[in-house]
Amino acid sequence: MSTGVRTIVLWCPDWPVLAACREHGIDPALPVALTEKGIVHSCSPAARRDGVTRGLRLREAQYRSTALAVLEYDAALDHRAFEPVVKGVEAIVPGVQVLRPGALAMRARGPVRYYGGEDAAARALLEAAAGLGVAGARVGIADGPFAAEQAARAAGAARAAGAAGAAGATGAPGAVFAVPPGESAGFLAPLPVSLVTDARTTTLLHRLGVRSLGEFAALPDDDVRRRFGAAGAFAHDRAAGRERSRVAPRTPPPDFEALQHFEPPLDRIDQLAFAFRVRAEEFIERMRAVRLVCTGIRVELDDERGGHSSRSWLHPHWFTPADVVDRVRWQLQGSDTADAGLESAIVRLRIVPERVDSTGNHEEGLWGGGRDERVHHGLTRVQSMLGHEGVVTAAIGGGRMLADRQVLVPWGDRAPERVAAEAPWPGSLPALAPASVFRERLPVALVDAEAASVAVDARGAISAPPASFAVGGRHPAAVRAWAGPWPVVERWWDAERARRVHRFQVVDHDGCAWLLVRDGEGWWAEARYD
Amino acid sequence: MTAPRAATDGAIAPDPAPAARLERVEELQARIRGMQAARLDTRAVPTHPALASVLPGGALREGAIVQVEGSITLLMAALAGPSRSGRWVAVAGIPEFGVEAAARFGVDLERLVLVPDPGRQWLTVAAALADVIPVVAVRPAGRLAPAEASRFAARLRQRGALLLVDGDWPGSDARLELERSDWTGLGHGHGHLAEREVVVRVTGRGEVGRGARRRLRLPAGDLGFAAVDETGAAAASAPGIVHRPDFAARAS
Repeated sequence: MSTGVRTIVLWCPDWPVLAACREHGIDPALPVALTEKGIVHSCSPAARRDGVTRGLRLREAQYRSTALAVLEYDAALDHRAFEPVVKGVEAIVPGVQVLRPGALAMRARGPVRYYGGEDAAARALLEAAAGLGVAGARVGIADGPFAAEQAARAAGAARAAGAAGAAGATGAPGAVFAVPPGESAGFLAPLPVSLVTDARTTTLLHRLGVRSLGEFAALPDDDVRRRFGAAGAFAHDRAAGRERSRVAPRTPPPDFEALQHFEPPLDRIDQLAFAFRVRAEEFIERMRAVRLVCTGIRVELDDERGGHSSRSWLHPHWFTPADVVDRVRWQLQGSDTADAGLESAIVRLRIVPERVDSTGNHEEGLWGGGRDERVHHGLTRVQSMLGHEGVVTAAIGGGRMLADRQVLVPWGDRAPERVAAEAPWPGSLPALAPASVFRERLPVALVDAEAASVAVDARGAISAPPASFAVGGRHPAAVRAWAGPWPVVERWWDAERARRVHRFQVVDHDGCAWLLVRDGEGWWAEARYD
Repeated sequence: MTAPRAATDGAIAPDPAPAARLERVEELQARIRGMQAARLDTRAVPTHPALASVLPGGALREGAIVQVEGSITLLMAALAGPSRSGRWVAVAGIPEFGVEAAARFGVDLERLVLVPDPGRQWLTVAAALADVIPVVAVRPAGRLAPAEASRFAARLRQRGALLLVDGDWPGSDARLELERSDWTGLGHGHGHLAEREVVVRVTGRGEVGRGARRRLRLPAGDLGFAAVDETGAAAASAPGIVHRPDFAARAS
């Protein structure tokens, strides 16, 4: 009987939780759960002690563990955070396959010969993992990646149970579990059959009375293939400990990210932008050398006080070194424009390419770029003067108040999901739209013939017809025509954001038309038809 | 080359009375100015027909500087023509520019760029925009020296861009302002704003130097713009209420 290739698996328990905790700055010793679509995806050991398990509904999990911190599961973050671990392990053992974030497989032959024994190799791996900040990693060694992973999982259980019931534990302290060569089938036999088959097949096998891997492996090979097809045969091989799949080592991807430490820390944006310029050029040049362009980057900043800021930036075409420096500057500036000091000095700056593309797809035409490309370059120049939000494009969104309906999107950003502008929006203005929409409403005065401010009562009736009108604190002039009140009532169920106003149209003495709003505080000009 | 010849032709013509001669000189000077304003190979920018009836030369021209004062709707009318024909337009320094109105009046939002707050850098921003965008509207945030203005005008001519200015600009080619505005559709406590008839006063260099007036529907009932079928003289003779642009109110 052929057996699988001797394989080592390094397993980091609860990796998704660890990665998320690091990103959000939470102590992983606290009860933490990651959810996906309202179902617990993974949880920390503390949460598990409280009774939280995978597949639990969020409400039930919070009921069981009242101090539970809940985070959204992010697969991309998982991979991203695992990348340094993979690199660190690759530095001591070449030819590593990432089974999934948190689990690495490698062929045992090389490291065992190099380190002089399975145990020594396993300890070297654990040391490397601990050096990378992964606490509690485990190593399993067996015939084939599947058996080795089960061995790694068993390592913790063996620690708890004092290595009971395991065939030939090597006696290493807890974190390592090696199944002797050829004994993988025996090691796997008591494990449940659901480890190798999908839910439907598992149910079927249970009905057939097959519950453990040993029982499944005992079925005749040909019968399993006839009944369950290729997938069944594959599972059968795994259960029998003669897995044919080998470790498929990954080719380490070329490393494009740019990292710079600042010593002493820099607290001025212009200094920082200047210091980073050369790095940014190298960053783009390295990619260009392998005919790649970058269309999305992630900028990560660490400051002196331990603060961390991370943001993705997209580019409508591709990043040039100057664009990269601009994105760094904008991220430092935040929303307000200040070319002076930062709150805290920056010690570390890291740029990671998030989207790369072949230069072939972005080659300029033979006669230079199109018109729109020129427009883009010009607007980028203006943006580098005024900041990212300085240049905007506009779209019409949904809403009742005019200012809500204008959606301004910074140049180069993707437009947000639009609220349907075509929805009825009862209370919004019909056909004619005012040409000037004030960003901040102007205080105005609308008074009746007795010079008393016009009021609107709860039933929507006005106290007296308006007679004169003044903007700001100026002298009131006669009102030529007016109409209203048109009520706008929004979100009455939400005390914070509820709005209950009355709109009026007024033509003033000069023949200029205004859209006025009466709220609880007084009269305002929302817009002008000029 | 044509301008001096026209002047010479005028000088040769017989002209006895001194008063009449003075008039003739003035007329000829106006003609020279007009020809200089319409620089030799300036090309017309697609203009909304209603506005074309107002403008000297019947169209907006590349490299020109046109003051459009006191009415954002008039500015939108000027932007709508080029925007409809597929050009990019930019608006700088006008934070209250109503996007929805612009879209309804025919400005294509896909090719509209806004720079709401250029601040003190407004001139640099306008220049950078004019380099790449053929129609730029700007509201000056400060006074402009004539030397700067002429440098800017040279740059515009070189790029073939049209500048619309909401405010003062020394040496602009034409100036449009609203002189009178009459809304219809709104009564006392009923109705809603439907249509407006305005009188646009045009001043500028050349033949229109003395200030012509045209009546327009801005906007008309169907959200378009239209010229009123009447000569400018009739409108000008009517004692209108002067609508002054409300600069103080803009300080928002």
